[in-house]
Amino acid sequence: MAKDIKQLKVSAIRNGTVIDHIPANNLFKVINILGLDHIDNQITFGTNLESKKFGSKGIVKISDKFFVDEEINRIALAAPEAKLNIIREYQVEEKKEVIVPDQFSGIVKCVNPKCITNNEDVKPKFRVISKKDVSLKCHYCEKITDQEHMVFI
Amino acid sequence: MRNKSLISINDYSKEEILRVLDLAGEFENNPSQDILRGKVIATLFFEPSTRTRLSFESAVNRLGGKIIGFTDSSSSSATKGESLKDTIKTVSNYSDLIVMRHPVEGSARYASEVGMVPIINAGDGANQHPTQTLLDLYSIRKTQGTLNNLNLFIVGDLKYGRTVHSLLMGMAHFKATFWFISPKELRIPNEYKLYMDQKGLKYHEHTDFRDIAGEADIIYMTRVQKERFSDPIEYEKTRNAYLLKSSMLKGTKGNLKILHPLPRVNEISADVDDNEKAYYFTQALNGVYTRQAIISLILGLKN
Repeated sequence: MAKDIKQLKVSAIRNGTVIDHIPANNLFKVINILGLDHIDNQITFGTNLESKKFGSKGIVKISDKFFVDEEINRIALAAPEAKLNIIREYQVEEKKEVIVPDQFSGIVKCVNPKCITNNEDVKPKFRVISKKDVSLKCHYCEKITDQEHMVFI
Repeated sequence: MRNKSLISINDYSKEEILRVLDLAGEFENNPSQDILRGKVIATLFFEPSTRTRLSFESAVNRLGGKIIGFTDSSSSSATKGESLKDTIKTVSNYSDLIVMRHPVEGSARYASEVGMVPIINAGDGANQHPTQTLLDLYSIRKTQGTLNNLNLFIVGDLKYGRTVHSLLMGMAHFKATFWFISPKELRIPNEYKLYMDQKGLKYHEHTDFRDIAGEADIIYMTRVQKERFSDPIEYEKTRNAYLLKSSMLKGTKGNLKILHPLPRVNEISADVDDNEKAYYFTQALNGVYTRQAIISLILGLKN
C-alpha cells in the first residue's frame, strides 16, 4: 500500500505526542510557548515540509510527553489549526484538535505601547473576540491586538 | 454598585447608569449633605488634571469627607521608582476609596485588582474616563428631559477622542441617532461603527455641520488638535468647519444645547458663551453632582 512505503520526513516515535500542521513560520513560537526548549524529553522536528493546506508546515514529535488540554490550547494563537496525535507503541491512540480559549493570560504582548502590561510588571490578559483570525482585546487597556501584530512572550 | 470599582463605562448596566443620574439629580437639589463624615477619599493624580481633580474634591468636600493624595507624580513616590501596585496597596490602607488619574492605559483596571478599596478611574491615558461620560449623560438628560431618540451631533476629533468613544458606548443603551462630524483624517474608527451596527444604532458621517445643524438636539464639541494632522495645510483649511460661532446657531432647534468636555481651546468662539444654548459651564457643574452620586453609591451611603 502506498501508505506503507511513504517515507517519514521526521522519524516515528514510540510513545508521546505528535503536533502536526503547524504553520512553518510559527514552529519555533510553538516550541517556545510549550517550553520544549527546557525539557529533557527526546524531541524531533521538521519545518518547511510540504503541506497542501499551508504550502509549508512544521511538525514536532515529543517522546514520552502527554499534554493536558489547557497546556496545548496555549498554542492556539500561533497554530490554530494544529492537529495532535497521541502515540502509544507506534500507533495513533487518539487525535486531538486545538481549541482557541475564550480568555487567557501571558503568551502574547499587548500591541499598545502605552498599556500597563508594557510599562509595569503586569501579566497581559486578553479576551478572545474573534476565533477565526484570532484577535484579542486587552483586559487592561481595552485595545485590540490582531494576529498580524501578535508578539509572543 | 456597592464596593464595585468604576473603571470603564461598560462596567455599569443601563439600570446602574440611570441610578447614578437619578441620584445626581437629588444631589443637585441638595448638594451639601454630611454623609461622608469620617470617610477618607484618596485622589491620586499621577498626571495633572486640575479640572477633574477639583470636581472630585468639591464633591467630597460638599459631602463632609476628607481628602488625601497628590496632584502630580512629582510629589508622589512614583518618582522614586515605586510600582503602581505598591502605591495602590499602601494608599488602600489609608483610605476608603481611591480616585486615580494615570497616563498609562489600563492602569486603573490593574489598580482595582491589586487594591483593597474600590477605585474610580478619573482617566487612564487615552482609554477611559467614565465619570465624564456619566456627567455628559446627566447633562443631556437634564436639558432634553430624556436620553431616548435624540439627535446627537459629535464634532471634532472622533478618532482619538476618549470622551467621544465612551459617550457613544454610554448612549448606546438609548436609541440615539449619531451625527459624526469630523475631518476625514479624524473620522470615527471602524470598530465603533461595527459596534453601532451590532446595536442597531443609526449614524451619519459628515465633514461639515453648517448646513445640518438644524437637526441637532445636542452638539457635543471636542478639541481638534493641530498635531493630529499629517498635513498642516489641511488643518488650516478645515479648522473653520469645526469652529462653532454664535451666528451658526440661528435656525437651530429651541431645545438645542452645546456641550464640551472642557478645556476648550478655540473650537467654540467666545460669542457662544452668552447664547442660551451654551451649556458647557453648567455641564462642568453637573460633574460635581454626578461624582457625589457615584462616590456615595460605591461607598454604600446611598442605594
